Amino acid sequence: MSTITQSQNPSAVSRWLNALAERLSPQALTQTVRNLLLPAIGIGLFLAFWQLSAPQVETSLGSFPAPSDVWEQAGQLWQEHSSERERATRFVEMQEARNARILADNPDANVSIRPYPGAPTFFDQIGTSLVTVLSGFLLATVIAVPLGVVVGLNRHFAAAVNPLIQVFKPVSPLAWLPLVTMVVSATYVSDDPMFEKAFLTSMITVTLCSLWPTLINTSFGVAAVDPDLINVSRVLRLSFWTHTRKVVLPSSVPMIFTGLRVSLGIAWMVLIAAEMLAQNPGLGKFVWDEFQNGSSQSLSRIMVAVLTIGFIGFLLDRVMLVIQKKVAWNE
Amino acid sequence: MTKPHLELTGVHMAFDTPKGEFLALDNVNLKIRKGEFVSLIGHSGCGKSTVLNIVAGLLQATQGGCVLDGHEVNTPGPERAVVFQHHALMPWLTVYENVELAVNQVFRKTMSKAEKREWIMHNLALVNMQHAIDKRPGEISGGMAQRVGIARALSMKPSVLLMDEPFGALDALTRAHLQDALMSIQQELNSTVIMITHDVDEAVLLSDRIVMMTNGPAATVGEELTVELPRPRNRVTLADDATYVHCRQAVLSFLYEKQSFPAKSQPTRAEPDADTTGPTSSPALPETSADHAVEEVTKERAMA
Repeated sequence: MSTITQSQNPSAVSRWLNALAERLSPQALTQTVRNLLLPAIGIGLFLAFWQLSAPQVETSLGSFPAPSDVWEQAGQLWQEHSSERERATRFVEMQEARNARILADNPDANVSIRPYPGAPTFFDQIGTSLVTVLSGFLLATVIAVPLGVVVGLNRHFAAAVNPLIQVFKPVSPLAWLPLVTMVVSATYVSDDPMFEKAFLTSMITVTLCSLWPTLINTSFGVAAVDPDLINVSRVLRLSFWTHTRKVVLPSSVPMIFTGLRVSLGIAWMVLIAAEMLAQNPGLGKFVWDEFQNGSSQSLSRIMVAVLTIGFIGFLLDRVMLVIQKKVAWNE
Repeated sequence: MTKPHLELTGVHMAFDTPKGEFLALDNVNLKIRKGEFVSLIGHSGCGKSTVLNIVAGLLQATQGGCVLDGHEVNTPGPERAVVFQHHALMPWLTVYENVELAVNQVFRKTMSKAEKREWIMHNLALVNMQHAIDKRPGEISGGMAQRVGIARALSMKPSVLLMDEPFGALDALTRAHLQDALMSIQQELNSTVIMITHDVDEAVLLSDRIVMMTNGPAATVGEELTVELPRPRNRVTLADDATYVHCRQAVLSFLYEKQSFPAKSQPTRAEPDADTTGPTSSPALPETSADHAVEEVTKERAMA
């Protein structure tokens, strides 16, 4: 095998160089300009329309925010974040200095550093949301893919669970949330909890809503393996596990990934609603808090959150697409 | 006579359909010697594939059965390797890995890593595919993929090689190339081959014996023809060889005179004078075929 990789290396480099040269050719450049120009025009027109029409919409919190207000608030949020970070660093430094002094007096002293108690900033909340959505999505994947494989492999099992899937699939996260909250409160009792209850509630709600596309697509992919390939597997007398691992799973990878992409999109949408109600300190809570706050900047700040949510959703989908291209054989 | 290598005895095959039972095969008997190349030929829908699938163990005969080297065939297995019409390579594996999947499974315990690798390369060399071992099936032509399919089947060291219209999906030139390749491989390995085809020239060129099947439903072996042509055979010089022409004529006569194409007996077109439009005329039809035609009409009516 080593000879194969060695012979591939130079070709990979030259392929890369060729691709680069192609990308810099005049035709490719005009193509790139064209590809960028039309979206830019679209965004520009949208912003102009927004800027002109926003002041016409009066609310009790002032007029609807125009792009310029949103831009200003985005800067503001960044400012708040950096100053908060600075304060946090100073807070820790102060404690370290104090601890050093205590240790100098008494080397056996028991010192500790308390974390900064300030409120999370907008950017901290983005981080929390991402962690929550990815945990929920991972949990959904871990449940949905194996279950989907079983459903796809066994017609009887599929017939048994199909009605359940059809009924639970369209349920809104808001309907699940109260139930999940109560169950989490009742069952997750610990003196030293590893997770916040709000985090668990949001995560489980995300899981419940986002596992269906993966489950359904996996089962379809598994059930749709080319009968010829199944016959090859039978002729080779592959064991059930080898058959699943070497034939069924690779064959359904493209379908599984299509499901995963849809699931992640749903997970992200559901998360915001779940965080609003569960008070998980993420973007959903940010929106809710700003709404409750009702200051003159609130609407602009919510609009910043809206755009951020959209942009992150787009990025998540792109990341999934890249992974899909790496993993799936048909791409 | 010595015991046959492979023997099909009284094979009946009935399928359950929503319209009731459908009898595909009726009392198929076949004996095949070791190293013999046998072609199954017949019109589409006559149950050729069903026979092959029963030998492969992919289907279970409803009556009768198949015995290979004294063992009854009940399940599929690598000693009866199958070459499928559409190569059936795993699209996510490279050419090498596709053959490796088979070799790893069949010689898991009996070959070392190096031996396996050598054996994989040997089989790919047999079909002239060493140059593309890192390509995926999507990156090579249909003919190349079919070569790999043959290499994969050969790599299982099968005692019978089953080929289900292996060249049916290929263009004429590629098909000729692969037929020549198959002939030389079979000459070299002396393997027992059962091949399904509906190409008369292919059957005569490749086979030691041609088994002609009657039209379905309730298809069975109609005639058998031994092709007494010396090997190696050359398609160009054979073209006007008397034996070759005779064999070809015999098969054609079976297919188009004795077993007219099933479509002709469909009730919508089964006008009394329909057959006279063709080059072959109906008066010569033997009784069996007429019976089938009648059966088919009733079957069609039952289904309508």
